[in-house]
Amino acid sequence: MTETLTDAAPRHLRLRPPQHLVSPRAIWYWTARALGGWLIVLAVQTFYLILASDDGLTSWHVAVLVATAVVAAAHLVVMPRWRFRVHRWEATPHAVYTQAGWFSQQRRIAPISRIQTVDTERGPIEQVFGLSNVTVTTASAAGPLKIHGLDRDDAQRLVDDLSIAIETTRGDAT
Amino acid sequence: MTTMAQSDSWRRLDPKMLFVHPIREVGRALPVLAGILLAGSGTGRGGLWGLVGTGIMVCIGVLRWFTTTYRVAAEQVQVRRGILRRQVLTVSLDRVRTVDVSASALHRVLGLVRVTVGTGLSDRKSDSALRLDGMSAADADRLRDELLRRHAPAAAAADDPSVPAPEAQPHETELAVLRPSWVAYGPFTLSGVLTVGVILGFAWRVISETHVDPRQLGPVTAGYAELLAVPRWLAFVGVPLLLVAVVGFASMVGYVLSFYGFRLVRLAGGNLQVSRGLISTRTTTIEERRLRGAELSEPLLLRMVRGARLIAIATGLRVGRGSERGGSLLVPPGPGEEARRVAADVLGSTEPVTAALAPHGPRALRRRYTRLLAVVAPLIAALVVLWRLDLLPAWAWETSLLLVPIGAAVAYDRYRGLGHALVRGVLIAGRGSLVRRRYMLRCDGIIGWNVTESFFQRRTGLATLVATTAAGRQQYAVQDVPLEEALRVADQALPGLLTPFLETAGSEAL
Repeated sequence: MTETLTDAAPRHLRLRPPQHLVSPRAIWYWTARALGGWLIVLAVQTFYLILASDDGLTSWHVAVLVATAVVAAAHLVVMPRWRFRVHRWEATPHAVYTQAGWFSQQRRIAPISRIQTVDTERGPIEQVFGLSNVTVTTASAAGPLKIHGLDRDDAQRLVDDLSIAIETTRGDAT
Repeated sequence: MTTMAQSDSWRRLDPKMLFVHPIREVGRALPVLAGILLAGSGTGRGGLWGLVGTGIMVCIGVLRWFTTTYRVAAEQVQVRRGILRRQVLTVSLDRVRTVDVSASALHRVLGLVRVTVGTGLSDRKSDSALRLDGMSAADADRLRDELLRRHAPAAAAADDPSVPAPEAQPHETELAVLRPSWVAYGPFTLSGVLTVGVILGFAWRVISETHVDPRQLGPVTAGYAELLAVPRWLAFVGVPLLLVAVVGFASMVGYVLSFYGFRLVRLAGGNLQVSRGLISTRTTTIEERRLRGAELSEPLLLRMVRGARLIAIATGLRVGRGSERGGSLLVPPGPGEEARRVAADVLGSTEPVTAALAPHGPRALRRRYTRLLAVVAPLIAALVVLWRLDLLPAWAWETSLLLVPIGAAVAYDRYRGLGHALVRGVLIAGRGSLVRRRYMLRCDGIIGWNVTESFFQRRTGLATLVATTAAGRQQYAVQDVPLEEALRVADQALPGLLTPFLETAGSEAL
C-alpha cells in the first residue's frame, strides 16, 4: 500500500474471524447429520413411488426423486466444507467470540463477566466422530454461544479455561 | 408491630380463597354444565360425570389452599406448594426485580389479590414463576414492601435495626395519569378485534357445547334472509362499516376496561409503579435500577393520530409472556408527547427520545424492496398459474397486482422507520412500519453482541446487529445496517469488548 492513512481518511473497520478452526472431523459429522435427514426424505419418496406406481404420474415421481437426490448430493458436498471454513471460535481473558453458519452466518461476542454457565455435550453422532459441542450461556435468552464440532480434548480445555476465567469475575451477570 | 414476628414464620393465603376456588372451578366448567343441561338427558350418565369432575376440581382447589404457604426470611422468599409433589421455591431477595399485583373481578369482590414475583432468571419455565394467588390486599402490600424496599433501607438501618423504617407513608411522584380524552385513542388500538374474536369464539363454544343449530334459530334465519334482500352494493358497503363500528366500539370498551385509572408513579424507594384496570385491576412495581431502557411503540393506526405507547425494558419483565403479558406497559396508548415525556423521565434524559436516527442508506432501502418482491412475486405467479390451469378466475391475480403498490409503500415506510443512534450511553434502534418501534436500551444492559449476515446481506455489505440483554425482549436488533457502521456502534456502546477482534483495512495489509 502506498497511500498513508490519516485520521481524516475513512478507516475500514473489519471484524476479523476468530482464531481457531474446529476439528476437521466436523466436516464428516455435518455430512452424516445432513445425510440422515435426506435419507428420510428420499425413503418417503421412494415408498410413495412404489405405492402409487399405477396412477399414471410415475415419470413425475421419478423426476422429483432424481431432482431431490441431486439437491441432496450438492448439499452434502457443499454445506459441510463451507461450514468448516466459517465455523471458528476464540476465547480471550475478557470475551468469547464465535462464528457459525454457512449460507447465513452469525458472529457472537459475549464478555466473560456476563457468562452464566458453560456446558459441554456429546450427541450420538458426535460421539462417533470423537467430537463435543460447547454452549456458553448468558443471562439473555437470546445470547447462547454454541461451538459445534470441537475436538473432545479442545472442548474440555476450553471449558476448564472459561470456568477459571468466570470464577475470577463476580457480579450477577445481568 | 407484629411484622417482624410474622415475617419469619410460614404464612398462608387468605382463607377467603376457600370460597374462590369452588366458584372459579364451577365457572370454568360452566359451558360443559350448560351443555349438559341444555342437551337434556342424552345418556343420563354425562351429567353425573360432569358433576363428579367439577367436585374433584373443587376439592383440589381447596386442598391447594391448605398446602400453599410462603415466608420471607433470611434474605429469601420461599413458597411451599403442591399436593402430591411438594415443592419449595426459593428466591433470593436480591434476585427480585418486579412485583405484579393483580385482581380479577371475583378477587375484588372479596378484597383479594394475586401476587406474581418477577426474577431475573431468563430461562425459567412459566410453571415455576413465583405466584401467590389469593392474598388480602394488605398482606400483598406488606409483601411487596418486604420484597422491594429491602435494598435501600438495608444499609441505612444497619446501625440501628430495632427502629423500623421511618417512611410509613411513602412519598410518591406522579409521572403520568390517564386523562378521559385518551379514550379516543381506543379505536386505533384495534384491541377490539381481539375482543370481538373472543366473543365470537365464546359464542361458537356455547353453540358447539349445547348442540344448538343456529340455522334453526328464528332471529338468525330472519336476519340472514333480510341481508340477502338488501341491494348488494349496500351490503358490500354496510357490512364492513358495521364491522368497523363494532370493532371500534369494542376497542373503546376494552381500552376503558384495561386502562381505567391508569397511574404511573415513582415511589420514594426509587421504584416505578403502574396501576390500572376497571374491573380487574393490576399494579406492577418495577425496581427502577433494573430498568434497562424503554420501547416506544406506534402501531400504524395509532401513528396516524400521533399516538404511542411506552413499554419498559427491565430485567425480570419479559415482553408478552403468559401472565406477565402487559406487565411491562409504562404508558397505555395515548398522546405521543405523553409517552415521549415519560420515556425521557425514565431514561433520565430527553436526548435518547428526541435524537434523530441515522438512516441505513440506499442498500437497506433496496433490500426492503427486494424482500417485498420475494414475498409478492411468487404469490402473484402462483395465482397466474392457477388461472392458467382454470382453477381460479382471472380477477384473482388481477386484484393481487394491487399488492405491488401497497407493498412498495409499506417497504418504503419500513425503510423510513429503520435507523439507529447512540446518545448518552443509550443505544437507539428504530424499525417497522405496521408497528413502528423505537428501542432505547441502556448500554450497561447489553450483555453481548450477535452480528448476523445472510448470504444476500453479505453481498451488499449489510448486517443485523443484535444487542442481547437480560431485559425485556432479550434481544434488540439494529436491522440492515452497513457492517462497518454496526461495528463502530458496537465498539462505542461497549468500549473494549470488540477491540481485540477489530482491524482496520490498513492493519490488514501488514
